[in-house]
Amino acid sequence: MRPFRPLLLILLLPLAGVAHAKDAQLERGEALFRQHCAACHGYDGMGGVGVPLALPDFQYSVTNKYLETTIRRGRPGRVMPAFKSLSDADVKAIVKYIRHWAPGKPYRYPVEPVRGDREHGKQLYAKHCAPCHGPNGEGGKGTGVTFSRPRDLPIIPPALNNPGFLAAASDQFIKATLMNGREGTPMVSFLKQGLSEQDINDLVVFVRAFEDHPLPVHQQPIETEQATIVYDSEYDFQTTINNLKDAAVGNNFIIIREQKLESGFVPPGQDNPKQHIIYFCNFGFLNKALAIDPRVGLFLPCRVTVVEKEGKVKVYAINPERLSRLFNNVELNRLCHEMNDTYVSIIEDATL
Amino acid sequence: MIRKPLFLLLLWLLATPALAEDLLMARIPMTFPEAMLKLQNVLKAHGQTLSRVQRVDIGLTSKGYKTDKYRVVFFGRLDEIREVAEKHPLLIPYVPHKIAIFAEEDETLIVAANPASLFPEKDPALQKFVRTWKADLEAIFHDMREE
Repeated sequence: MRPFRPLLLILLLPLAGVAHAKDAQLERGEALFRQHCAACHGYDGMGGVGVPLALPDFQYSVTNKYLETTIRRGRPGRVMPAFKSLSDADVKAIVKYIRHWAPGKPYRYPVEPVRGDREHGKQLYAKHCAPCHGPNGEGGKGTGVTFSRPRDLPIIPPALNNPGFLAAASDQFIKATLMNGREGTPMVSFLKQGLSEQDINDLVVFVRAFEDHPLPVHQQPIETEQATIVYDSEYDFQTTINNLKDAAVGNNFIIIREQKLESGFVPPGQDNPKQHIIYFCNFGFLNKALAIDPRVGLFLPCRVTVVEKEGKVKVYAINPERLSRLFNNVELNRLCHEMNDTYVSIIEDATL
Repeated sequence: MIRKPLFLLLLWLLATPALAEDLLMARIPMTFPEAMLKLQNVLKAHGQTLSRVQRVDIGLTSKGYKTDKYRVVFFGRLDEIREVAEKHPLLIPYVPHKIAIFAEEDETLIVAANPASLFPEKDPALQKFVRTWKADLEAIFHDMREE
């Protein structure tokens, strides 16, 4: 037998190489997951801001293509960003890592599109789906299960009328989800709820038709211009500051702090006195914004900066509408519009 | 002791070209006070001055709202603040830089805006500043993720 041993080792060598490559892919996937995904989905995949990926029922019901397309295209306006800069190998590595929570083969769906009666599906959708997924498929409110919201909900109902979802989910995937439900989430089996397979086909056809009826513009991410609002003031430096404080209070804000731009970086009294920051807050508004998306605190409390340079006085503020796009959360659109109008109103009152 | 493949992988991740994520986020497997302390130490290790901490949760609870631990940490370098005021006034509302830090049960999340998403303008001097700002943030977030 001895002469065969080297040959056996040589024959096994490629297999060892494959195993090593798979381990490397898994390690790479873990590192990428920790860098790009864990903040929202949790290191254990049990969710937070993002959906719980580690739920076994989720794992077995989604295909690799669904996961890959979701990473690539995200969910426009629904927090999950599109990771366009990751390579194909990176995306596959992340998916491999996500899969490690539920070893085994995920379900493979037939590729045939589902046929059914869209009008009947519309009626069924209004009765059975709209209460959670929204009348227009816009999805449930809130950003995951986090912060000041109740923590007993495992998932926020996803937006079905979303180009990212519709690109990722095949007809047969949607059908299977309706037929079987999703254990560990509020999504129930509609077969068990009394719908027939044909009813479910009709629902699938209606959901697929969202592709032809995108959400209205106000429920889509805001596309806007500059990140900064800038106004020239007709008044001198101190008058502009006083006017801004009066205007903020007049708009139901509380002045919470004033400081120089260089404050905290130089000893007191040595900062440039002609760079003045006013912080103001409406705590009701702040609470409302944080409840929609806890990350938005990054741009709160409100702030205007007054700068005098070469005899000219200017007022600077962030542009909330521009920031709205960063969060990829259409629920913030209205608040960002409102905030933008408030900034402009306060600054115009103070400078014109 | 870190294993060589993992070390090489980390090096590769650090060398990854700029990604188009609009927000930088990291989950820190620590309680809020531990993560807050770590953030202060990491900022210091990166030569940043922590200029102020806005205690958002204290403000909210003082007004009767229920909230978890939430702070906004302001930091930067004096020369950068002065460069912004002198050469890039459109960035004034965004300095000092900020990281929001908030509790999620027994873990902590940190968030910052990706400056490259905020300021995609082509002006080379502005882009140079934005690249440095982004690289600083990425290095800070990398260290915060490290155990």
